[in-house]
Amino acid sequence: MIDSTVVDLSRLQFAATAMYHFLFVPLTLGLSWLLVVMETAYVMSGKEIYRDMTKFWGKLYGINFALGVTTGITMEFQFGTNWAYYSHYVGDIFGAPLAIEGLMAFFLESTMVGLFFFGWQRLSKAGHLAVTVLMALGTNLSAVLILIANGWMQDPVGSTFNPVTMRMELVDFAALVFNPVAQSKFVHTVAAGYVTGSLFVLGISSWYLLKGLHVEFARRSFRIAAAFGLAGCLSVIVLGDESGYAVSESQKSKLAAIEAMWETEAAPAGFNLLAWPNEERQANDWEIRIPYVLGLIATRSVSETLPGIKEIRAANRQRIESGVQAVLALEALRQNPADAAAKASFAKHQQDMGYGMLVKRYSPDLAQATPAMLDQAAHDSVPRVAPLFWTFRLMVLLGFAMLLLVGLAFWYSVKNSFQQKTWLLRWALWFIPMPWIAIQSGWFVAEYGRQPWTVFGMLPTHLSASSLSAASLWGSIAGFVGFYTLLLVAEMYLMFKYARLGPAALQPAAAPANA
Amino acid sequence: MLFDYLTLKLIWWLLVGVLLIGFAIMDGHDMGVGTLLPILGRDDTDRRVMINTVAPHWDGNQVWFITAGGAIFAAWPFVYATAFSGMYWALLLVLFALFFRPVGFEYRSKLPNPAWRSAWDWGLFAGSAVPALVFGVAFGNLFQGVPFHLDETMRSFYTGSFWALLNPFALLCGVVSLSLLALQGATFLAHRTEGELQARARGAGTVLAVLLLAAFSAAGVWVGRLDGFVIQSIADVGGALNPLMKEVVRQPGAWFANYQKYPLLWAVPALAYAGGLLALACLRAGKTLVAFIGSSVACLAVILTAGVALFPFVLPSSTLPKASLTAWDATSSYVTLNVMLYVALIFTPIVIAYTGWAYRVMAGKVTRDYIVANDKALY
Repeated sequence: MIDSTVVDLSRLQFAATAMYHFLFVPLTLGLSWLLVVMETAYVMSGKEIYRDMTKFWGKLYGINFALGVTTGITMEFQFGTNWAYYSHYVGDIFGAPLAIEGLMAFFLESTMVGLFFFGWQRLSKAGHLAVTVLMALGTNLSAVLILIANGWMQDPVGSTFNPVTMRMELVDFAALVFNPVAQSKFVHTVAAGYVTGSLFVLGISSWYLLKGLHVEFARRSFRIAAAFGLAGCLSVIVLGDESGYAVSESQKSKLAAIEAMWETEAAPAGFNLLAWPNEERQANDWEIRIPYVLGLIATRSVSETLPGIKEIRAANRQRIESGVQAVLALEALRQNPADAAAKASFAKHQQDMGYGMLVKRYSPDLAQATPAMLDQAAHDSVPRVAPLFWTFRLMVLLGFAMLLLVGLAFWYSVKNSFQQKTWLLRWALWFIPMPWIAIQSGWFVAEYGRQPWTVFGMLPTHLSASSLSAASLWGSIAGFVGFYTLLLVAEMYLMFKYARLGPAALQPAAAPANA
Repeated sequence: MLFDYLTLKLIWWLLVGVLLIGFAIMDGHDMGVGTLLPILGRDDTDRRVMINTVAPHWDGNQVWFITAGGAIFAAWPFVYATAFSGMYWALLLVLFALFFRPVGFEYRSKLPNPAWRSAWDWGLFAGSAVPALVFGVAFGNLFQGVPFHLDETMRSFYTGSFWALLNPFALLCGVVSLSLLALQGATFLAHRTEGELQARARGAGTVLAVLLLAAFSAAGVWVGRLDGFVIQSIADVGGALNPLMKEVVRQPGAWFANYQKYPLLWAVPALAYAGGLLALACLRAGKTLVAFIGSSVACLAVILTAGVALFPFVLPSSTLPKASLTAWDATSSYVTLNVMLYVALIFTPIVIAYTGWAYRVMAGKVTRDYIVANDKALY
């Protein structure tokens, strides 16, 4: 019997460490290209101010990068330490992009980052720029491969079950790599990183301008960040829409929950701008609705219908019943591989096996499962609506607010009057945290919205965890909280200190410092 | 499409070995530097010299470790799942220790405060020495079998404790790995520093080489007295297998079976001695680059010695020997091994090429004057 406490604690630990890791990743993604832009300006114009900009923002990049690396190792360990059955069941497919990430992307990024910091005197101008470009390329390639892995969890393509090894195995590598869900996720995610990097540079530059410090330096940084941020913001929103379209194809339960759409309605469905979802009644207590919009966004047609939560649960109930037959047939085949009836039954129901496995949460022995348990499994096959509904709206709202900010910042930098617009500079300063809030919300929607699955339609979360004790989990969670808090305090301290110092941080202290 | 499944299984055993050896040689030398940091660094400038010999490279080197983990996930998912979840606290100990490396390197010299710097120096020491020790301890436990079993859905259950991993034989293996990586660090420091620090590094390296050879010999004698694992019968090793499709028995001295069957393999442990002795001799003679090469050869041969003894076992089970994970039945599918082989064949040479280039760009001695002159730009 699987201990539900262990599963819950494993989820908590994974969610917390993943979200923590993703505090640092987006800034790395965005700053890496901003460094490329600044250094290109240096190489092309020969103006030293651009080199100082590259070095200074590079310093902040380094402070952030160190924690990205630190917390990334946790992610790699954790599939094995805490999600051992997941690792066994889908490692044949999921392990490949992770290993390729190391070999193809992370090596490149990590080797070049050393030369980026220490190679200024030893490389030619163009040579150092090439190093910076390769570093940014490695960082972004890394994101491609991680999102291919995550995209496969959202929409598991190109794989088949092998009864000998009792796991899913890869049959089509190209399908894994070119999974449309992964592609749109990748661009959406890295572009969100570009926005993060841009707002970081934009906000800190605004602070310098408000204080009248390092003005020339800040003006140039502001301009670059505004342009890059605008491009990033537009990509996030366009590709967010693309992601929505991909989700509507692969995970109708997630889409219905995000939209608090309980009933199937005639196409094209309306979009709930705001609503108060009520799980017990399976209805919204109230809603503000825009007709047609959801159907158009999600299906890009006026005639395709989107199933509501009630319809999805009913359909899943049937798949669950069929899936139970698949699991029972597989068990019979293990006892007697020659059992012809079991073979036929397995072939017939194999497609639904993951749905049958959902029932193991309520009855480890599926032969004992009652109809009430199947009903419960069907009900739980759609995630809770309210958390998804609200975090999604928070993400979108922040996305458009940031678009407005970078749009105005870009407009006034073209008109060359942003320096006088103190309201804009203040807005930029206070908006530094917003990309992070939007990004964390986005990941919450992606991952919580996939529940009750780790691999959608294939492997229930409940079965994926390692056979550990709750005490071990409490211990490791305490360890992570302790170490991560310590590291975050150190990081934030240095980040604030160096951001305040500004480009002065690059020069050796002329007199004894702090005298 | 060139290889059959059996050949791919063999190649992947070798490739995982290559990654572990790459880790020991590359990440090994910066872990060695970290381990020696409080021992050889007499003042802050000394310690900065040591840290800056590896500053441009430690991050890339650490990816050998990350990639070895990823490759085990992709090529041996059974091993990745069972070992990482079973030895939960050992893995977390390594992980928590590793936390201190990236931040230790990057943050240490960002503030002049001596307490801040000293705290990160100890962090760098722990982040280097603890993993170096635990890797050997892990290998030591492989030779004794690890208490786990699999149920019929291939879910693994670990029934041992963390403290049982710290048994005398495993700790001896820990001494082997710690002295091996510390020797890597000492020879590297000897090559990249000068003056008093270099002399201290040479002295430390001499002691470490002797310690390594002694511990390696003792572990070798001890292994001969352990109960090894032998596959009695197994289904077709060229096909898809799960670990329960075989019978395994334990026999005293069976870990030498491969060496007895193919006496040429004795060349592998002999090479470990040769590498260690070469490092020793060249450290004394002041030929520091050759000493580093000798130490690297020792890394390669020590790991290979253990791998050959265990082969085809990867993770033997002490409580249900037939559930032991081997290179035949713990692997990924044919398709995955095949695809990943091509990826490895294309990218490993590229990685080695640009890593070599990075070392060439940063070649030369790191001196105290260089640290003082570049106070703000260096670690």
